[in-house]
Amino acid sequence: MEKQQEQPMKMLKKRNVLGPVATDFTAANTGNWRIERPEVDYSRCSKCRTCERYCPTNVIEIRPDDQECVYINFDYCKGCGICTNVCPRQCIQLIPEVR
Amino acid sequence: MYDIKHEAKGLVTHGNSACAGCGLELIMRKTMEVVGPDTIIVIPPGCAAMFSGFGKEGGLKIAGCQMNLENTAACASGIRAALNAQGNTHTTVLGFAGDGGTLDIGLQSLSGMFERGDRVMYVCYDNEAYMNTGVQGSSATPASASTTTTPGGKTSQKKDLMMIAMAHRIPYAATASLQNLNDLKKKLEKAKNANGPSLVHVHTPCPTGWRFNPALSIELARAAVRTGAWILYEYENGKITINNKLTELAEIDTYIGKQGRFKHLNAEQKTELGKQIKDNYFTYTSMLERMSIH
Ligand SMILES: Cc1ncc(C[n+]2csc(CCOP(=O)(O)OP(=O)(O)O)c2C)c(N)n1
Ligand code: SF4
Ligand SMILES: [Mg+2]
Repeated sequence: MEKQQEQPMKMLKKRNVLGPVATDFTAANTGNWRIERPEVDYSRCSKCRTCERYCPTNVIEIRPDDQECVYINFDYCKGCGICTNVCPRQCIQLIPEVR
Repeated sequence: MYDIKHEAKGLVTHGNSACAGCGLELIMRKTMEVVGPDTIIVIPPGCAAMFSGFGKEGGLKIAGCQMNLENTAACASGIRAALNAQGNTHTTVLGFAGDGGTLDIGLQSLSGMFERGDRVMYVCYDNEAYMNTGVQGSSATPASASTTTTPGGKTSQKKDLMMIAMAHRIPYAATASLQNLNDLKKKLEKAKNANGPSLVHVHTPCPTGWRFNPALSIELARAAVRTGAWILYEYENGKITINNKLTELAEIDTYIGKQGRFKHLNAEQKTELGKQIKDNYFTYTSMLERMSIH
């Protein structure tokens, strides 16, 4: 076994642990996967929260009092487009991502 | 001890490496919303293992371990037994496995868990193939679907996990889908509170393996239910309830027409497949109706 692997394994053995143990809760930078991104027509949004509930990455938040009432965390949005497809008013569409 | 390096709204990380539009990712989030932090999760290899994490990085805030593909249920049973020995009745033990890890490789240990009556909640997310290793066919792959091991379309039928579960007379088993999140969460809640082993078998659109536009995941989950390709029902203490009783089924093309895994079929074969699915829907649901008379 390589040294860099050996050291942590020895430590684990000492504590009666058999495999690698996750000690950090982390997030990958999935936002940079995007080739398209959702664009919302806020004026047509009825704030029904359908997109919020169906977003697989859980990055959509409805903020009823804001003018931009659909808040999307683009650090993680993968640009899958599910929100555009489930919106009953079809007020979200995918547009090419520009960086 | 567990260092929260990145903020997340719920118990699941936002930056998970599941493919864009993955149905499993949404199921994992909804499951975590229902079970809450007092849960120990057992995940085998498969796409769900991305939530267990890599090395020292984890993607769930709750306790859990990644076991082997064969023994999700056996490990969950062991954890339940250990909790019981401590007098802990409040913690939920959750097995969360794919179709390969449930209907094929982990079936034996699942049967053991059902038979012993261990109080474990078991969720099978069914993306209908071994996706994480490159889309090999499983016993959950439906007939005619193309995978890397069934390139010309699978010649046998999908294995019926619900019937296997019901044969063990467990307190709760249900099929579910992403088409109705309230229904999914209600079923997960019942499974969590069951006084014994429970199963929720969730249909899981996979854009990578089924080859469709990731935006259509929910639409396809709906289409599967409306065309009769996925039947929603519950088995609760011996009583069967069909949740989507339909008199007329949607056009089969709304489901299979949008997926690359059925692309090799010509128009005639598609019609034939549609007819098979339709016949199966009506015979299967009428069989369920007869079974639920006690
Ligand atoms: C006994 C055994 N055989 C094969 C593998 C390799 N393997 C790892 S993940 C995986 C796919 C599992 O498929 P499934 O349970 O359907 O989950 P999915 O990847 O589709 O989410 C396989 C075959 C393994 N880990 N163990
Ligand atoms: S291969 Fe399928 S199940 Fe696996 S992460 Fe991708 S979309 Fe999800
Ligand atoms: Mg699978």
